[in-house]
Amino acid sequence: MQITVNGQIQELPVKDNTLLIDLIRDQLHLTGTHSGCDTTQCGCCTVLMDQVAVKSCTVLARQAEGTSIQTIEGLATQDLHPVQEAFSEEHGLQCGYCTPGMIMSTVYLLQRNPNPSDEQIIEGLAGNICRCTGYVNIIKAVKSAAKKMQETNA
Amino acid sequence: MNTFQYHVTNQITLAKDTFVSNENARFLSGGMTLLPSMKHGLIQPDHLIDLSKIPDLQVLFETSEHLTIGAAMKHDQVANHPIVQSAIPGLSYLASQIGDPQVRARGTIGGSIANNDPSADYPAGALALKATMVTDRREIPAEDFFTGFYSTALEEGEILSQIQFAKPIKSAYAKFKQAASGYALAGVFIAVYPQQEIRVAVTGVGAGVFRWTQAEQAFLNPKINLSIERDDLISDLHASSAYRVNMAQVLFKRAFEQIQNN
Repeated sequence: MQITVNGQIQELPVKDNTLLIDLIRDQLHLTGTHSGCDTTQCGCCTVLMDQVAVKSCTVLARQAEGTSIQTIEGLATQDLHPVQEAFSEEHGLQCGYCTPGMIMSTVYLLQRNPNPSDEQIIEGLAGNICRCTGYVNIIKAVKSAAKKMQETNA
Repeated sequence: MNTFQYHVTNQITLAKDTFVSNENARFLSGGMTLLPSMKHGLIQPDHLIDLSKIPDLQVLFETSEHLTIGAAMKHDQVANHPIVQSAIPGLSYLASQIGDPQVRARGTIGGSIANNDPSADYPAGALALKATMVTDRREIPAEDFFTGFYSTALEEGEILSQIQFAKPIKSAYAKFKQAASGYALAGVFIAVYPQQEIRVAVTGVGAGVFRWTQAEQAFLNPKINLSIERDDLISDLHASSAYRVNMAQVLFKRAFEQIQNN
């Protein structure tokens, strides 16, 4: 099947019961996308599929045929993406396991709402669980990222 | 997950043919319930037939009396669609409260209604809003469609294609989320129709969605005592049945106030 991942068209054999996350990690060796709970709850495996955040542990690779996937590896160009930068600066992580998913959900949120309130950030990240931070710095990081992105676009 | 063959089609008739010619086949829509159930080994189909790419299941339109939504429409699409927001704001709000952003990006209205989880949101909306479930072979009113714990009137191989809601004068949904899953610990949908026809449906409290006739009467006569007398109340580690009944009373008041204030 054909699928575009981080801008590169991939033609690869895929079993019907392969999950999108396994295609990404095991076949394309992009291990930035993490598998946490494997039950559609924690959001570690979040990637963008045609610019929409999805949990890649609960999408069959075949369901993603023909789509364009963006993973955490596809965010940075020469420099870090503003959301990555903000998570680093605001210490929006401790162990970092959930961070790729948090960042992809944040990118999706800021795409739809460039200037979210605290409440909108909490709602926007409701599908991502962090067991370290208590979320305070994550919310700070999202706000900082929003500011950075607005300044870039201004 | 077990091995299976994945089929995808853009026509209902082809999906039906594939179902008939293959043993142990299941229809797949957004997969937000089916795929986790397969991972847990609760369901082990040999064939999955993906309905989510069939254009006939992705319609959304209104007439003077009805709002019709294709079964493969995703929760986010329903929540954000201007026609839904203006025709039935309570339904748009309901869709916006399902699960989390990633789940709303994949899960579908048809999948939720056909699965009839006792804590799902859409069944409450469908029952209160006098929905008609349109399938590949007939039309089923909500009253006959939801038949209890994870069960519906759908026959083997029957495909839910559209859900047709009767447009109310006013509508509101109030929900208390189970913190971990986002499912309704209790949810109450109120729909107001002409000639003081009030319909109240409750999810998360009984073994399946039900109409709360006392609340329907209490809407017009606040003196009526709001209790729920049923022998199928849910009591589990998340909440006792008494707690759920109490939440339903609270949520009815919240939805009622919303309707009064709009």
